[in-house]
Amino acid sequence: MSTVLRQQSPEQNARRARAAAQLREFMPRAAVLTDKEDLHPYECDGLSAYRRLPWIVALPDTVEQVGRILRLCHEHDIPVVARGAGTGLSGGALPLEDGVLLSLSKFNRILEIDTANRTATVEPGVRNLAITDAAAPYGLYYAPDPSSQLACSIGGNVAENAGGVHCLKYGLTVHNVLGLKFMTMDGELITLGGKALDIPGYDLLALMTGSEGMLGVIVEITVKLLPKPERAQVVLAVFDEIEKAGDAVAAIIAGGFVPAGLEMMDNLAIRATEEYVKAGYPIGAVAILLCELDGTNEEVSEGIAQIRTLLLKQGAAEVRTAKDEAERLRMWAGRKAAFPAIGRLSPDYYCMDGTIPRKHLAKVLARIGELSKEYGLGVANVFHAGDGNLHPLILYDASKPGELEKTEDLGGKILEFCVAVGGTITGEHGVGVEKINQMCIQFTREELAQFHALKAAFDPKGLLNPGKAVPTLSRCAEFGRMHVHGGKLVYPDLERF
Amino acid sequence: MKEDNDISQQLAEAVKAAAQKRTPLTITGSGSKRFYAGDIEGEKLDVTGHRGIVSYEPTELVVTARAGTPLAELEAALADKGQMLAFEPPWFGEGATLGGTIACGFSGPRRPYAGAARDFVLGTRIINGKGEILRFGGEVMKNVAGYDVSRLMVGALGSLGVLLEVSLKVLPKPAREVTLCFEMPADKAIQTMNTWGAQPLPLSAACHAGETLYVRLSGTELGVQAARAKLGGKPMDKGNDFWREIREHRHSFFQNDVPLWRLSVPPAALPIDLPGKWLIDWGGAQRWLKSDASATDIRMQAEKAGGHATLFRHAKQNGATFHPLPAQLATLHQNLKRAFDPDGIMNRVVAV
Repeated sequence: MSTVLRQQSPEQNARRARAAAQLREFMPRAAVLTDKEDLHPYECDGLSAYRRLPWIVALPDTVEQVGRILRLCHEHDIPVVARGAGTGLSGGALPLEDGVLLSLSKFNRILEIDTANRTATVEPGVRNLAITDAAAPYGLYYAPDPSSQLACSIGGNVAENAGGVHCLKYGLTVHNVLGLKFMTMDGELITLGGKALDIPGYDLLALMTGSEGMLGVIVEITVKLLPKPERAQVVLAVFDEIEKAGDAVAAIIAGGFVPAGLEMMDNLAIRATEEYVKAGYPIGAVAILLCELDGTNEEVSEGIAQIRTLLLKQGAAEVRTAKDEAERLRMWAGRKAAFPAIGRLSPDYYCMDGTIPRKHLAKVLARIGELSKEYGLGVANVFHAGDGNLHPLILYDASKPGELEKTEDLGGKILEFCVAVGGTITGEHGVGVEKINQMCIQFTREELAQFHALKAAFDPKGLLNPGKAVPTLSRCAEFGRMHVHGGKLVYPDLERF
Repeated sequence: MKEDNDISQQLAEAVKAAAQKRTPLTITGSGSKRFYAGDIEGEKLDVTGHRGIVSYEPTELVVTARAGTPLAELEAALADKGQMLAFEPPWFGEGATLGGTIACGFSGPRRPYAGAARDFVLGTRIINGKGEILRFGGEVMKNVAGYDVSRLMVGALGSLGVLLEVSLKVLPKPAREVTLCFEMPADKAIQTMNTWGAQPLPLSAACHAGETLYVRLSGTELGVQAARAKLGGKPMDKGNDFWREIREHRHSFFQNDVPLWRLSVPPAALPIDLPGKWLIDWGGAQRWLKSDASATDIRMQAEKAGGHATLFRHAKQNGATFHPLPAQLATLHQNLKRAFDPDGIMNRVVAV
């Protein structure tokens, strides 16, 4: 899908010029972008198949400016889309052709590392990994680690409730946020919590987390820091049948283990990865499982020995334990590079993000295999086995007429199958614009109406990030005739999950 | 034991009828936590008949049960498979139900290290104020489709809807637990709990009562042994009983009619200057105060420490339970309440 460059009417142009002039009354000229070449970098987020040139980009650097921008937009009924680092994978920060794109990139300061209370208070534009870097000298770290953590911002993490590979043990973003300051669309600053473990009133911390920029604009975040585990150790198990690998995961959980990471890859993903990063994966394996334990030295040693025995009993053809830290990192390097590696197999790929109850893994993979044959498109699978989050990657060539449409169709079928076995259409990437039609499958009319009522409680005029996350009821009625375009990643060199 | 029973439709009809007549309802379980928010005016909507475990998959670490299911029954089923509710919910009465537990959002001693009730809620089925049965979240660990309404229900005290079913993440019971005792005053205990909290230790509870710091370690046999050697202290014979007494407010500290305040503050906050007796739980983050001091003073001190205060038990008058919210935040609460319950018939409790 190419950039939408819709001609604006003279009235629209005048309206835009007026809005820009009003913004420049309290912001420097360089912080209000209106020229086409300045707007281009903001036309998409990590899901680059969706592009739209923003109307105006505003780059505030104080909370007061954010408040004034929002009040101005509120008064003149101008919609607003907040944007962090722009690494999101569902088009949540896709700009509007008649609204302000509010970039929070200048809010990049770490305000406080409180070692006594084990918290970090940061501005929303701070990168995820920068928090861990700042906490590291004190033996602390920030647990959620989406694989774009080098680039993605904590504000975006909160907006999307980002995950990572350690969710089973350490939770998602929602489990690690203690306080938020956000602005409502009418420019009121709301403070939720701080460094205590809970807040009075309704749990708006949980509600704001994962709300995809629909309820407020986050301007400050306090997160929990954890002590860095004394030791982490990983084992790699090789399987010749998917079912055996799935059963092994169940056996690990039933055995009372809560691994820090538990990841599975299928043969296509293994081969692509091995060719790309030489992680030492067995290219003949039907599936491999990476299982990491962390904790004290004693706990990890005891646990790893038991897991080895258990995996062999579950029919693993081979079980390797990383001999040293370098080998441990190499084993993970393969998994972390799986997306770009698979990207090399094909001109384009489309990444899905369904979550399923683990017990249905074999069934879901079998169904994906059938669909893959039926559509004539390859599908590689990487799987956060610990928490059931499946990322099928559909290989296609966008330059072949009709292939993108076929891919979207196949992707939609996979997500619908995830819902059918009791799962969900998105585990960690968010709905954004990408999965908005599948929301119609996962939720009833009444549930969607409840979402809309909830949104209106925060933003009665519907000006924050309109058209994302929750479909209108009429859109759902049209779903099927609608057509949306599938995703292609920008930043292909960034690790992805 | 009563039989499993699904009365969702019946409950939804009752809510619908109440909405039409604008009759306020009071959602009722076993009544074990009625002390908390005082009496709620309204026609009784009894959910204890809506009970039973709907599904339990130990290898998925997920259980789904109806709101009227007694915690006793649920916890026994989990224990049978070596698993537990890791937020260690207080029962506050033998009949305590899952619905009441989640509606109150209470968590026990394990909370600072394992997470709170809301952290383990994966999905809910509710009836909103219009009598519609709605499902949010699900039975999987990761799910970001739609707003997190399920967690919004935790601690909402039935003011936004009737809980019908709750899906929870469960965790394996630790292989070994030991409780260690250290004689020390409160200020040193706060410091110690937070120093240890910043180290990779298998902590699962830390509380200061009287002149003693109690610390629980949970994990593998060798892991607990090693941590115990590192910390020293005197092991306690009946550690489990001690934590149950703390959790259920049966410890001698709680045994009188002086108003009981709960102060939720940053864990390392210095001892708070208020008259009365203190019991410090959650590694410093939850402080129980037995005091006749004025609500204004207590709330001011709690805010000064970076937290808030709730009048938990033995309120001398009604209506003073909850920490008042700033005006803008209170407005958001009222708007949310209307979004779920336009006729205002659900539990009229939250202080907004």
